[in-house]
Amino acid sequence: MSVALSAQEILEKNHGSSDITVLGIPTRGAHLAARIAAIMSSIEGKEIAHGTLDITLYRDDLRLRPPRTIMPTSIPPIGIQGRDVILIDDVLYSGRTIRAALDALGEVGRPRTVQLAVLVDRGHRQLPIRADFVGKNLPTSEKQSVRVSLTEIDSVDEVVIEGEAN
Amino acid sequence: MRHLLSINDLSAADAIGILDTATELARINDGQVKKLPTLRGRTIVNLFAEDSTRTRISFEAAAKRLSADVINFSAKGSSASKGESLKDTAQTLQAMGADAVVIRHSASGAAQRLADLEWMSGSVINAGDGTHEHPSQALLDAFTIRKHLGKGASDLKGLRIAIVGDVLHSRVARSNVLLLSMLGADVVLVAPPTLLPVGVESWPATISYDFDSVIPTVDAIMMLRVQQERMTDLFFPNSREYSRYFGLNSERMSAMAKHAIVMHPGPMNRGLEIAADVADSARSVIVEQVTNGVNVRMAILYVLLAGGPLEVGSN
Repeated sequence: MSVALSAQEILEKNHGSSDITVLGIPTRGAHLAARIAAIMSSIEGKEIAHGTLDITLYRDDLRLRPPRTIMPTSIPPIGIQGRDVILIDDVLYSGRTIRAALDALGEVGRPRTVQLAVLVDRGHRQLPIRADFVGKNLPTSEKQSVRVSLTEIDSVDEVVIEGEAN
Repeated sequence: MRHLLSINDLSAADAIGILDTATELARINDGQVKKLPTLRGRTIVNLFAEDSTRTRISFEAAAKRLSADVINFSAKGSSASKGESLKDTAQTLQAMGADAVVIRHSASGAAQRLADLEWMSGSVINAGDGTHEHPSQALLDAFTIRKHLGKGASDLKGLRIAIVGDVLHSRVARSNVLLLSMLGADVVLVAPPTLLPVGVESWPATISYDFDSVIPTVDAIMMLRVQQERMTDLFFPNSREYSRYFGLNSERMSAMAKHAIVMHPGPMNRGLEIAADVADSARSVIVEQVTNGVNVRMAILYVLLAGGPLEVGSN
């Protein structure tokens, strides 16, 4: 499955795990981050620093919709200073979540690199942002929505494209 | 939700949503002052027509941590002391583009009036109106109780809380009775009959005149300030007698359950309703209430100003 492949790819690109901190963006990115960190741990035979990063307070579209519930942020004790941070999210779309995440990271510390891994890239970027690791590229129309379900909270692992293409 | 005027404006889910938001904000703040960009470009006016230390500073700190611009406006040193009406003041604030007004006023219902008459388009937050309500104080008290005694639950079911003293003049007591009972706590009011308001029997709380019998049965004791500035009549014979029957001293504190906490909204009359050694004891969470106040007020500002109605549990 693509999560395992991505974990492998991330390790290869970073020449091992020693400086990696994996941070998932709640809700589903956090569960994906936990999975990826677990797979990396089993490959490397040691614990991988991982946590969650909520970006709600850094969004630029807060005024356009009802306020969102703030989700937990937990930065692993080793922190992000000077480390290779792997941001994990479920779907990459406009890129605005990732922009907010970069701002949020800046408040926590200064990583050596920030890399982005997503399960699905559905296109339609509104900002100059791209993913370093993509589980699956899904061409979609802007009228459609992409729903990711994970067993941890949705009792099934699936990605569903909803709505008609144009 | 647009305004926060009374606890009656909130459902239990709304209140728990605010407490949960405050919990996450507290975790982010985590002791170190951190600036969040969330309310950048928004203007919040603190309109204080009555003296206040911690509420005004607390709202100011909360707004600044969320990057809002804060304008402080106190009745002294403003045109209010030249006789400008609340309406004219409100329209001035509206013309300056205030997104929210935090109002403290000696008249009960002042915040409601500001909101109802649509003098301004922004949010109105009641920071204490006369002897009516002080919702943000009740929320920070509920937050403090949940943090110490909640055992991970989202509400306050199964807890018993005593509110002791000058209930008659206390907006803190009114808001707390409404909120704590809504969250499932069992509230008992302890006061001399002269310091209980007319109609208190209909409040969602029980009443006791015997402090000593209540003390061992509760999880938290919230002492109220004796509001001498509002007392136009003789409510008790003298302060020594009040202190003997309704003051919390170290002897009474030793009769409390082991886990129980002591609270006070401040400012305290040390030696009257609360002894100095009790206020400074390890059971006292009075200073922590102030810290929690900033996080809870950040949550209130976030919920009211960052968009529309709070969607609890939605993503």
